[in-house]
Amino acid sequence: MTVVAPEHAMTPVYEFPDSLTSVPTHYCPGCTHGIAHRLIAEVIDELAAKERTIGVASVGCSVFACRYFDVDFGQAPHGRAPAMATGIKRVAPEALVFTYQGDGDLASIGAAEILHAAVRGENITVFFINNAIYGMTGGQMAPTTLVGQKTASSPAGRSLVGQGAPLRVSELLAQVDGAAFVVRRSLHDVVQIRRAKKAIRRAFEVQEQGLGFSMVELLSSCPTNWGLKPDAALDFIRDEMVPAFPLGDFKVPEAETAGAAGAGTADSSAAGADAAGSAVAGRARRG
Amino acid sequence: MKGTVTVDEPRCKGCALCIPVCPKGLLRLADARFNARGVHPVELIDPSSECTGCQLCATMCPEAAIAVYRAVRVRA
Repeated sequence: MTVVAPEHAMTPVYEFPDSLTSVPTHYCPGCTHGIAHRLIAEVIDELAAKERTIGVASVGCSVFACRYFDVDFGQAPHGRAPAMATGIKRVAPEALVFTYQGDGDLASIGAAEILHAAVRGENITVFFINNAIYGMTGGQMAPTTLVGQKTASSPAGRSLVGQGAPLRVSELLAQVDGAAFVVRRSLHDVVQIRRAKKAIRRAFEVQEQGLGFSMVELLSSCPTNWGLKPDAALDFIRDEMVPAFPLGDFKVPEAETAGAAGAGTADSSAAGADAAGSAVAGRARRG
Repeated sequence: MKGTVTVDEPRCKGCALCIPVCPKGLLRLADARFNARGVHPVELIDPSSECTGCQLCATMCPEAAIAVYRAVRVRA
């Protein structure tokens, strides 16, 4: 039994996005990579930008993203997606260019590339999938791994003394003048997924308006390497990751930070995240 | 009938994330059959037409395997 056609009086309100291919993904059941792919594809559809979008995949589980998005795609060496996207955007400024990078790729080996892409204010959009672990290689500790979190390479749990605290990339990049839009969202429930989609759309719009570097960090799950069932993995994001990586807007374009009821602020999640986000945005405004 | 959903069963990985978000509890894993992946796909059980087409299940689905339909008034 496959897809059953509904009665003719039924109108589709949600269908498979145009900007995804029908190729089945290799992601594990319940992995939120699929949700991130879907949201990005939905936004590309909404912007009617499929024919001029160019993505750059990273190394990691998302290495095969080129098979799943029905848009032009490149695949960069480990950590170098922002460099490749820089070149693409500079020779094809009319293209909508995005990178799709995991935390092992972006925050570790690619830390220099992402930082300097932001420093240069490259007019590209980065989707940063933070699941606090290296997924593809078998669950080793990443720069974003939580203190105490057990991984294949930190079997006793990450220790503050030996390995330091997790790197908060959004807070870091928000300090950079060239960054125009830096926000963190989560994919652990329906409300957060809808907020994430709005942020993805806003990030693409920032690029279209030529405002500079935009990044959306998405807190994601890795059920397999966390050793949790898919639903328990979403609870782990909510209970363990969100406190360590507060959701919020760390930098938004000037016009949006001006009013107290700016669109960006209204879209923020937890109350604490609002405070953290506006504190950083405030520093950026004064500086 | 206000709405309905269809599941692209060959795409479904049986992660079951859609099941708890359904406000009416109309989704379940089809225990009696497997897809080609060897997992029980999700199915809609809606004998009294309770589905409103709210899209919460489709919003949660990592495989984009759920399509949602809503009834529209057809003018005669």
